Amino acid sequence: MPKTLSRVLLTVVLLPLLIPTLGVFHAENPPQTPSQNIASDTAHFPRSFGLGRVATQVEIKKLDIDVRPDGKGLPIGSGISAKGKSIFELKCAPCHGIGGVGGPNGSLVSSVPAAGKRPERTIGNYWPYATTVFDYVRRAMPFNAPGSLTDEEVYHLTAYLLHANKIIDETTVIDAKSLPKVVMPAHQLFIPDNRKGGPEIK
Amino acid sequence: MKNKLIEIGQIAPKFSRRKLLGGAATAAVAIVQTAQGKNLQQAITVGDLPDDPTKVVGTLAGEVGTRSSFEKLVKKPSDISSRSPLQDFYGMITPSDLHFERHHAGVPTIDPNKHELLIHGLVEKPLVFKLSDLKRFPSVSRIAFLECSGNYRTGKETLSPQEICGLTSQSEWTGVKLSTLFREVGVKPNASWFLAEGGDAAVMTRSIPVKKGWDDAIIAYAQNGEALRPEQGYPVRLFLPGWEGNTSVKWLRRLELSDAPFMTREETSKYTESVNGKIRQFSFDIDARSIITYPSYPQRIEKGWVEIRGLAWSGRGKVVQVEVSTNAGKSWQLARLQEPILDKAHVQFRYLWEWKGESTEIMSRVTDETGYVQPTYQQLIAARGADGGYHFNAIASWQIKPDGAVLHKPEK
Ligand code: HEC
Repeated sequence: MPKTLSRVLLTVVLLPLLIPTLGVFHAENPPQTPSQNIASDTAHFPRSFGLGRVATQVEIKKLDIDVRPDGKGLPIGSGISAKGKSIFELKCAPCHGIGGVGGPNGSLVSSVPAAGKRPERTIGNYWPYATTVFDYVRRAMPFNAPGSLTDEEVYHLTAYLLHANKIIDETTVIDAKSLPKVVMPAHQLFIPDNRKGGPEIK
Repeated sequence: MKNKLIEIGQIAPKFSRRKLLGGAATAAVAIVQTAQGKNLQQAITVGDLPDDPTKVVGTLAGEVGTRSSFEKLVKKPSDISSRSPLQDFYGMITPSDLHFERHHAGVPTIDPNKHELLIHGLVEKPLVFKLSDLKRFPSVSRIAFLECSGNYRTGKETLSPQEICGLTSQSEWTGVKLSTLFREVGVKPNASWFLAEGGDAAVMTRSIPVKKGWDDAIIAYAQNGEALRPEQGYPVRLFLPGWEGNTSVKWLRRLELSDAPFMTREETSKYTESVNGKIRQFSFDIDARSIITYPSYPQRIEKGWVEIRGLAWSGRGKVVQVEVSTNAGKSWQLARLQEPILDKAHVQFRYLWEWKGESTEIMSRVTDETGYVQPTYQQLIAARGADGGYHFNAIASWQIKPDGAVLHKPEK
């Protein structure tokens, strides 16, 4: 190999290795992280790269549509089953069936299965949290017009779906206070995965 | 550019523009000019094939490459997913256009210049990143598989690898480590979960333990050397190595740090599995799995030496060994593994077998570095009950018939 070429190659190969030791980027306070190698990976990072812009509360509020089981994220408003029923028949029944049973896109309401058949998985027998009904319907339904429902409509529909599944009675008003308190039939069935690898088949 | 077109016209005068553009039975390529004035390589009909390619000047260089029209690689789409043709692949990388698809409300069209990622919740400083911001951070690349946890079919003999488990694919993913962004926003010590939200019509959400974010999560904007494909989350997605595909939220628009999981529909009603009367939730890791992709249905083999080939992988680490049985599971032999054997990645395996025409069954099973051995269908049913469902990683067997036909062995 000609001398000059080998020198060029050496420089190219070594330069990236040298940068971390130059001490140009030195983290003042490596963050507390659960993983050792992250801390060493980032030892040469500046404290901040100064990229991105600070989000305003207004823009966060616009996007922050999620609802947690403790009710965090539920908007103002309320709903009752009777009103939900008429919205459902209009906007949901074509895909999920009259009364939420047997539509082309799946039942939402539990029913007695035909002889020899397993019961369909529905809100009534498989959903562990009532808040998920509100969250999901508001973000994704109706499938052909997602995000088109008002919060009030979503409360009515949630009340309807819970009542149709015999989880609440028809007079229960569903709002930010009452929805997190609804106990779902499937709640006690849910267990977190505790497998950690190893020979056992679970 | 202009010169090039004239050259093509001179070289291939017998190709009419109509022939260049059309024809169902196509082969070879030529360059055509699109409405936008761009040169593109384009398939030519089989009828136009020269008898002797050494006597005709070939197609000139183009702007994008083509797949030979003799190769009919296709995904297998349903309404909600599209499966990779595992039986047609060589090596360990899935061509990007054949990466499996699974989405909950179609593939959105997103303007990369308008798309933003918001990180907020339990952080010191909520920030909004443009795609160009994300690309300026220190980057990382990693080859890893991505598998949907609902990736098991059986029940009839005429199933190909694509149909049995085509919802797994492998790419080199490039992006910024989520830990880098976590440092930037200052994740608070009491944050234990984060919500990842997509910008598709399902506005799909999953809750992820913050630890995964610190460990090896990537905010990916590239796949196999180019921008993500729309089907894989263009312009930016979450990528969680080794975890069930649904958690690697595509078209990522928001991350919210929290002190509890959000219990979204995708982690309660879906992506949970019945286990002995209970419902198991947050089964993030993909269990070790392998499948023989050659020979497989609908291929046919001939007597003599057959190189049995397949893929093996584990979401819990590296593949340690793959064993192959050519006598219906009575005995097992070690297969050769193709380097590199990467963490949480598809590995190619091979086993040389002399087939003398006997009727038999062939199958593979993988062991990962945690000591987990891929189970049989019966073992899984015995451990979990008969409901089936997600995370079904059973050994898949192929029946070899005396005439060389290969058929899937349906499990009962
Ligand atoms: C055009 C058909 C269509 C209409 C109209 C529609 N849905 Fe759906 N719905 C679907 C599809 C398809 C899915 C499954 C989506 C998926 O797989 O992610 C679904 C899923 C759901 C689920 C989750 C089911 C489960 O068990 O996980 C709920 C709840 C739901 N829809 C409620 C509604 C409500 C309430 C309305 C009326 C406002 C509605 N849908 C209107 C097609 C529709």
